[in-house]
Amino acid sequence: MVLSNEEVRHIAWLARLGVTDAEVERFREELSVILDHFQSLEELDTRDVPGAPHASLLHNVLRDDVPTASLSSDAVLANAPDTQDSCFRVPPILE
Amino acid sequence: MSGDELHTLSIHAARRLLDSRELSAQELTEACLARIDHVESRVSALLTVCAETALAQAAAADRALSSAQAAPMTGIPFIAKDLLCTRGIPTTCGSRILEGFVPPYDATVIERLLDQHAVLLGKANMDEFAMGSSTEHSAYFPTHNPWNLDCVPGGSSGGSAAALAAGEALFTLGSDTGGSIRQPAGFCGVVGLKPTYGRVSRYGLVAFASSLDQIGPFARDVEDCALVMNAIAGQCARDATSAPLAVPDFTACLTNDVRGLRIGVPKEYFIEGMQPEVRHSVEEAIATLERMGASVRRDLSLPSTKYALAAYYIIAPSEASANLARYDGVKYGFARRLATAEESISATRGAGFGQEVKRRIMLGTYALSAGYYDAYYLKAQKVRYLISDEFQKAFKECDVLAMPTSPTVAFPLGSKLNDPMQMYLSDVFTLPVNIAGIPALSLPCGFVGGLPVGLQLMADRFREDLLLKVGHAYEQSTEWHLQRPKM
Repeated sequence: MVLSNEEVRHIAWLARLGVTDAEVERFREELSVILDHFQSLEELDTRDVPGAPHASLLHNVLRDDVPTASLSSDAVLANAPDTQDSCFRVPPILE
Repeated sequence: MSGDELHTLSIHAARRLLDSRELSAQELTEACLARIDHVESRVSALLTVCAETALAQAAAADRALSSAQAAPMTGIPFIAKDLLCTRGIPTTCGSRILEGFVPPYDATVIERLLDQHAVLLGKANMDEFAMGSSTEHSAYFPTHNPWNLDCVPGGSSGGSAAALAAGEALFTLGSDTGGSIRQPAGFCGVVGLKPTYGRVSRYGLVAFASSLDQIGPFARDVEDCALVMNAIAGQCARDATSAPLAVPDFTACLTNDVRGLRIGVPKEYFIEGMQPEVRHSVEEAIATLERMGASVRRDLSLPSTKYALAAYYIIAPSEASANLARYDGVKYGFARRLATAEESISATRGAGFGQEVKRRIMLGTYALSAGYYDAYYLKAQKVRYLISDEFQKAFKECDVLAMPTSPTVAFPLGSKLNDPMQMYLSDVFTLPVNIAGIPALSLPCGFVGGLPVGLQLMADRFREDLLLKVGHAYEQSTEWHLQRPKM
């Protein structure tokens, strides 16, 4: 399984992960080796296998729709790099 | 017992001394803090030491003890992996991207322990976001194995394992997604338990792979392990994956009687390429259990075992790529600001994450992306079903399975950093357990060249009692768990 530099850059973009040229080249090599190992799964016939149930074997765990205490806005904003009027402040999203 | 040795007490021994008031929580906490001062420059197990808050907690513990309001964990000093949120105390997950982050809440397990007036001494070093098997991927510094400072303590909970082995606390907490409690427990000669998925609440555990992560104890012996489990296990309203099952008294199964217990030894865990002395120590341990009355069958085969590595390295990074999407420099942590939001997020993540984390985010993103999801993630989930099913069938005929925790003992620092696959292979005996969601225990069973060997026991879901029973019985006949590194 050999990835191209373009594919690596695309994956990095999907993950919003800034990567240098050197990193692209290194990841290209490392990921190709790792992905090769995954080919071994092709040896297993899984046509009749249902997908795995959730790890906890539970589903639809719900509680009553009643508001309960949560964190205060101050607590939530306390770690933010930049805030304004109880909002997180970020650089422009749209041009 | 002299003040010099208080840090070596087991929880059960400390409990007696605290309850009879022969020992105060303050003395015990001070002894551990002094021990930390004495060994930390050599071991580097901790990212944060909370001496002030610890002493205040010890004072509160002493007040509870004097007014006969002590609980099983009152006054017991512990250390928590830095992946666990601790209110008011920095929590970095071993990453630069959370440098300076101070959680506004405690993880459920922390809350439960502090409610009993246990004493939190500090936060332990770890591989960044729990991704690693040596603690060398901590963004801060590597931790050293107390048995040989040139060797790794294992990972990703290497700090928790090393801190306990070095005597810095009476127990520690770690997390296990692919072996991150058991492998360092094996490398550091302590007891480590990964509970059944859902046995312990994950609320406040920073998520790596949500279908695999579990919090668990490191302890000096199996009885201590059971005591910690009593305190931390149980359903939690804030973790929808926590099991609605009553918590038994985990000490009730410590009967020192394994007669008639069926132990299975799967062939696939005794392979070429494992250290012969490790194989020997583990086979000796199994023979000891046989002499104690357990029946052992060595003809067991779990053919899907060899596919667990590939399944894990698709599932875990896929889930991690989703869980780590939240680190964007907007709500907390390190932030790099450029002209637009997208550039800022990209630059923040590029600078804030280490190489191993980036590698796994990339792997996971690829496996989940359009055109590849069926071939990778879906396929891995089906393989997961096969692996779980195989264990289910094995547990119809065996009470526990026994095998080594790792193919080798602790390796030298730096020796596996050039080849990611090499590092991944050190988890080959621990990964299948997380894939299947079953519980597993590692306990010391020997030494090779002065480095500890771990015996691993696996049991069916919610049968931690069987692991503890067998482990405890083994300890009554051996003294490996009583050995301490010379520090």
